[in-house]
Order: sequence, then C-alpha cells, then structure tokens
Amino acid sequence: MTVVITGLGTVSPAGVGTDGYWDAVSEGRSLIAPIPDFDTDGFHVRLCGKVPGFDPHQHIEGRYVVQTDAFSWFAMVAADEALRDSGLDTGTDPYATGVLICSCAGGVEFGQHEIAALWSGGPDHVGPYQSIAWFYAASTGQISIRNGLKGMCGVLVTDEPGMLDALGQSEGALRRGTSAMLVGGSEAPLGSPFSLACQAGADVLSAGDDPSSAYLPFTERASGYVPAEGAAVAVAEDAATARARGARIRAVVAGHASTFGGVGAFDPGGAGLLHAARGAMDRAGIGPDDVDVVFADAVGTPKADADEAAMLRELFPGGVPVTAPKAGFGRAYAGAGALDVAAAVLSLEHQVIPPTPQVSDAPCGLDLVVRVPRVAPLRTALVLSRGLGGGNSAVVLRHPDHA
Amino acid sequence: MKREAVVTGIGVVAPGAIGATAFWDLLTAGRTATRHVTLFDATTFRSRIAAEVDFDPAEHGLDEEQAARMDRYVQFAAVAAAEALADSAPPLAEVPPWRVGVSMGTAVGGTTRLERDYVEMSQEGADWVVDRSAASPHLYRALTPSVLSGEIAELVGARGPVRTVSTGCTSGLDAVGYAAQAIEDDLADVVVTGAAESPISPIAMACFDAIKATSDSNDDPARASRPFDRDRNGFVMGEGAAVLVLEEASIARRRGARIRCRVAGFANHGNAFHMTGLRREGEEMARAVTTALDRARRSATDVDYVNAHGSGTVQNDRHETDAVKRSLGEHARRVPVSSIKSMVGHSLGAIGSIELAACVLAMDTGVVPPTANLSAPDPECDLDYVPVTAREHRTDVALSVGSGFGGFQSAVVLDRGE
Repeated sequence: MTVVITGLGTVSPAGVGTDGYWDAVSEGRSLIAPIPDFDTDGFHVRLCGKVPGFDPHQHIEGRYVVQTDAFSWFAMVAADEALRDSGLDTGTDPYATGVLICSCAGGVEFGQHEIAALWSGGPDHVGPYQSIAWFYAASTGQISIRNGLKGMCGVLVTDEPGMLDALGQSEGALRRGTSAMLVGGSEAPLGSPFSLACQAGADVLSAGDDPSSAYLPFTERASGYVPAEGAAVAVAEDAATARARGARIRAVVAGHASTFGGVGAFDPGGAGLLHAARGAMDRAGIGPDDVDVVFADAVGTPKADADEAAMLRELFPGGVPVTAPKAGFGRAYAGAGALDVAAAVLSLEHQVIPPTPQVSDAPCGLDLVVRVPRVAPLRTALVLSRGLGGGNSAVVLRHPDHA
Repeated sequence: MKREAVVTGIGVVAPGAIGATAFWDLLTAGRTATRHVTLFDATTFRSRIAAEVDFDPAEHGLDEEQAARMDRYVQFAAVAAAEALADSAPPLAEVPPWRVGVSMGTAVGGTTRLERDYVEMSQEGADWVVDRSAASPHLYRALTPSVLSGEIAELVGARGPVRTVSTGCTSGLDAVGYAAQAIEDDLADVVVTGAAESPISPIAMACFDAIKATSDSNDDPARASRPFDRDRNGFVMGEGAAVLVLEEASIARRRGARIRCRVAGFANHGNAFHMTGLRREGEEMARAVTTALDRARRSATDVDYVNAHGSGTVQNDRHETDAVKRSLGEHARRVPVSSIKSMVGHSLGAIGSIELAACVLAMDTGVVPPTANLSAPDPECDLDYVPVTAREHRTDVALSVGSGFGGFQSAVVLDRGE
C-alpha cells in the first residue's frame, strides 16, 4: 500500500485555485492585510490573511450556500478543484470514495449570527440550518452529499495538523477497501469577532499593524502569528489504483506520524515534533540525508520557534533547507497544515523551494530559504505541524519519480 | 499475527448514573433519566426536557483549577476516563508513552462555554463586535474540541496519536472504531477512547427546536423518549461521557488483564443524501453493518444483540429498522434490538460510546437492556425491541449502530474474540 496524491485544490489568501496559490507562494508575495470587516482594537490583532473577493455563489449552488458557513464553502470549492484535477470517476461506485475534512473552529461565523438571534430574539429566531452549519462535520457531510460520495466519511479535529493526520488516516481507509479519499483542512475564523476573541485568548496572535513585520517566524522580532483563512483538499489513492486508471500522480505520501505534546503550548521542548518527524521518516524508509526541504510549522512565537529550530538542528545535523510560506499569508488553523501540504506538493513538482516571505535572515542556525525562491533538485519534502491542542504531526512527501 | 484491539476497562458518566455499575443498574431497571431541563431556564423553548447528569466535579476528584479549565463535557470525559483507567489498570509503565494514544469523540464540543461567554461579551447578543475583556480566561480552549482528547492525554500520560473525532452523532462510535484501527495498524498499543458531550444549552436546544427534531412532550418528561413507539415525537437531548481502554490483545493477555471484549469490526459511510434526512431503505447503514461484520469475520446470524441508534424520530426508527433487516436478513427478526436513548436520552456525539459501554456490560452480565416507554410499537417497526423490561440473554457478538447529521452511518461489532 502506497498512498499517492492525484488531485489538489486550494482556496487561500491568494484566491481560488492552486495555480494562483503557487504563483504567490513561489514568489514569496505578502498577502497579509488589515482585518476588513470590523474594528479589532479590543482584540490585540489587526492583520489577517483573508481570501480576497470570495463570492460563494460563483462556485457553489445556492441551496448549499445558504445552509453552510464559509469554512464549508472553502472546503467545497477546494474539493471541486481536487476532484477535477484527479480525473476520478466517482459516479460508478459511490462507496469507492470517502471524505475527511478537518476543521478547528467549525462554522463559527454562522454560529455567532444564530446565537445572537437566539439571545436577542428568542428560540424561534434560530434558523433551521444552525444544526448543520456550525458543527465541525458540516464540510465532510456537504461534500459527501454534493458529490455523491458514500465511502468512509470522517472528521478529525487535531488543529493545524488536521490534513497531515487525514493523510495518515487515509492509508487506513484505503487499506480497508476504500478506493479514494478526499482529505483536507478548511477554516474560516476571521469573519466573526467572537471567533477572533477566542483565538486572542491564547496570547499567540501578532498584534502588529505592519503587514511586512507582523509575522516573522524564526526571527528575533517574532511576536506571534497572523490568523488566516483558507482550505486545501487532496485526493489520496493507492498508487496501484491510481496507476491502473492512468492518473497523474502528483506526490507520494511516504510516511506520517503524530504525537502529543501537551495542551496549550505547541510542544514545549520539541521532543514530540521530533518524534513525529522521525516516525514519519522511518515509515517512509528514509534518513535525514534524503530530505531536501522542510516545510516548518513556524508558529512565530519565540518559544515555539526556538523549539522547532532546535528540533530541526538535532534531526538534521548536516543542515537542510527550511521554509515557511505561511509567513506570507498567515496561519489558517486546520487550513494551515493543508496549505503546507499543497505547497510541498507544488514545490516538488516545480523543483523550487518557495521562500519564507517577509523574513530577511534567520539567526536561529537554520538554512531558512528567504527573499527569493531556491531552485534545487527536490525528491523529498518533510511537512511539520503543531496545534495548540497538543498535536504534532509530520508527513513525508516524495516526488513520484523518486519514491 | 494480526493485531487486535480488546477492551480492558470502561467508565461511564450518564444521566441518572455516574459510574458503570450505577449506569447498568439504571438501564437494566428500565429507569428513565429524562426530566425537565434544570441547567438553564428553558421556559420559552419548544422542547423543555432533557436527560441531565447531576454532576459535582469536586465530588469526582476534579480540583478547582481543573473544574475552571475544563468545559463540562471535558469534565465528564475526565471522570469517565479515571474510572476506565482504574478498571483496566493498563500497563502504562511498560508501554512507551509514544505508543499510547487517545481518540475521543464529540459533536458540538465546547458549545456550552462558548455560548455562556458570548452572552457576557455581547450584552446578550446585542453587540456583534464582542467585548473581549469580558471573556473567561479559558475561552480559547472552548473553540476547538481538540482540547477534549488533549486533556485526556494529559490525564493518561499519552504521547502517541491523540485525536478528537467529530462526526456529529456518530462521533462516539467512530472514535472507538478509529482507536481500534490505530491498534490494528500498529500506530499504538494502548488507546484511551470514548466520547463526551454537554449540549444542554440554549443554542444547542434551540437549533433542534428549529427543525422539530426533539420531543415536546413537556408534560411527561419521564416517558418522552419513546423509540420505535407509535406515539414518539422526537429525541430527548442528553449529555454524558463514556471511555473505554483499548489494548493490543497480546499485551492484555500477557499481563493477565480482564479482557471484556474485542472491538472486532468497524465501518462508517456517508449517505450522500441529506444533512438531516434519511432515505427509508437504510442502504448505507446496512452497508456499514455488513462491512463491520466482514471485518470482524462474523456473519449476520452471529449477532446476538443490536444496540440501536433508536433516537425516537419517526424517520430514524423506520430507516434503522429497514437497515437492520437489510443487513441481517431473516436473523433481524430473531435478534433483540434495543435503544438506551429511551432512558438516558440522546447525548449527540457521546451517545455512541455510552452505547458501546452498554454493549460491553450486556456481554459481561448476560442481560440486554430494554427500550423503555415502548408500549405500542409503530407498525412500521416490527423487530424485537425488548420493550420496557430488561431480558436475560447471552451476548457473544454485539452490534451497535449510529446515524448522524451530515449523513454519517456507523457500525461497531464487539465480540469475545476468536
């Protein structure tokens, strides 16, 4: 059993679609901008990475738009692109394809509207879609329904690592007979002031108001991250199934592992992330010398960055190129790990390491790719992710010609 | 050698009964824990009844800091986990922490705290831009239910794969199913698994009011949850938690642990039909049952007891009855099928794990719990639902099924191993 990615879709602060995402990421463009919808003075956060000009009606049938939150819109649109890209025939056997879309915050903006209606108007002011729009399973359910997919349908809530864990979970599902898994992470945590207030409570958001310096992971000026929204969805299949149908294999998911590092602190000391990285590499059957690039978690707080840098120095005594494209658009919670996986797949395809935007130097003993993209022969990428809930995950992705 | 997951301990926090023993006493007595809502003032609500847990965190060993930090559903899980760990005494000293995982389900997570803080921060819903200074210090832990599995991992000392599963009302089955698969797939040797929910809050009650999914038998709360009965009119909200300790079978055998049962098979599907509606035929649930039995290497006729989803909505009860017939064939008419939601209500994401705990106890004791309040069956529901009174009946193979918003259909098979 070898899990491969045969389709990819993204909705990101670069807009809808992986082409635009890769253009922005590979150029290291900054997509960070002020939070547009309301005054955030009381929240100690001013900037975000928002999907620009997103109109769900351009992409999704009205009956789905009305009953869902933006986090499900992003997931549905990314899933459409991934399915198209994969060329998968989902019509012959509906049970052949499953869905697993992760989220941390669910339909929180939809939920805030409905709770406001309840408390200002009474129970009969709550609409019929609250029961299906807010909960964390909304995106998986809607994608299953909209695309007629009856395979293994699940939802994991493991914060930023969600997509990495979904890729790991997809191996179990494929081994048990599902032919393809639509896996991803999606988040829309910016439109609701209440959601931002929840995020602000953890004291990890950047309070900066200058888009060029608000989110500077691995630097001495690191002061938290900029929150973002977005989604990435991939189609995962067994390599043999994919080859048999003549699919284009975009990347091989060579190994995954996850560990726990404690609630509320991004794996203090880095031992959990290190163990996850080693586990994923062991399962991939590779050593440190085989890794050509690391997509770092890059929380952007001094402690979390120092822990990750130390863990990378220990794992790669000979050094390794490290990058964090999310510094250009922010950290999209369950969308963050997903967009990193997408960036890594695109990086392997283009044989280009995208730079860490905004950051000009990295005094932390890492070979951080900064300023300009780096052209390099890339066979293997390691993607790392941590969540505030304690999850640490790692995925090894390999170029299909070198897996 | 194929790796297998066995259950070596259980813990339950259920309405009307904290602890597995009290829980089983309640179920086998056919007692109902449904009553008028006391957790908030439900006067203006359509459904004003629920199955509540009378719960004092201090009485169950949680200190003040824990009680303040953990949302109510996490507190339930912590208490159930402590009971399950004491029951199992898993060999945590011998298994490296990297090989100990946690898999916990919840449908709506920290809704209760989110709403309570929101009300404070928004002047009861008046202000869209909330006042952050009015938030409780633990608010950030309420947004994301990863904290549920994280808190249990801290309690256990787990450092392996730790995940929260949130597939609506099948979360409690899926969490345990995934936990067993993690052991089968050699990702962990011990997994503490289960589910928790505390949804008896205004917004959660209101959203089911809005679609009339809940019972409005407000004058007769003790008899309001009536799965498969002609006079049923929706589900009754519940709350609670159950936790199971799963171990790789050879480890449990080697240490001489009391092996309660094996998690033999699990499958879940989407119905790809409707977020809340069900097709009468129950094809997808039937498929989940058949696949779970296949994975357990069991046939339909091996099933001794079916723990039903039995929520007490007309569409569920008929859908499920047809799914059981479709998957078990003629055997469906011989096997006892019961719904404990008639007694402890429907605790959304938690109930699947609570029902699995009931299956374990049914296997342990040779008794199957009844479907309370079933006095006049719906003519469309024509299986043996064990009405009103518990029954002595040996169970070697138990099947538990669940169905949830989003179209999720899940099945878990428990047995005594091969």
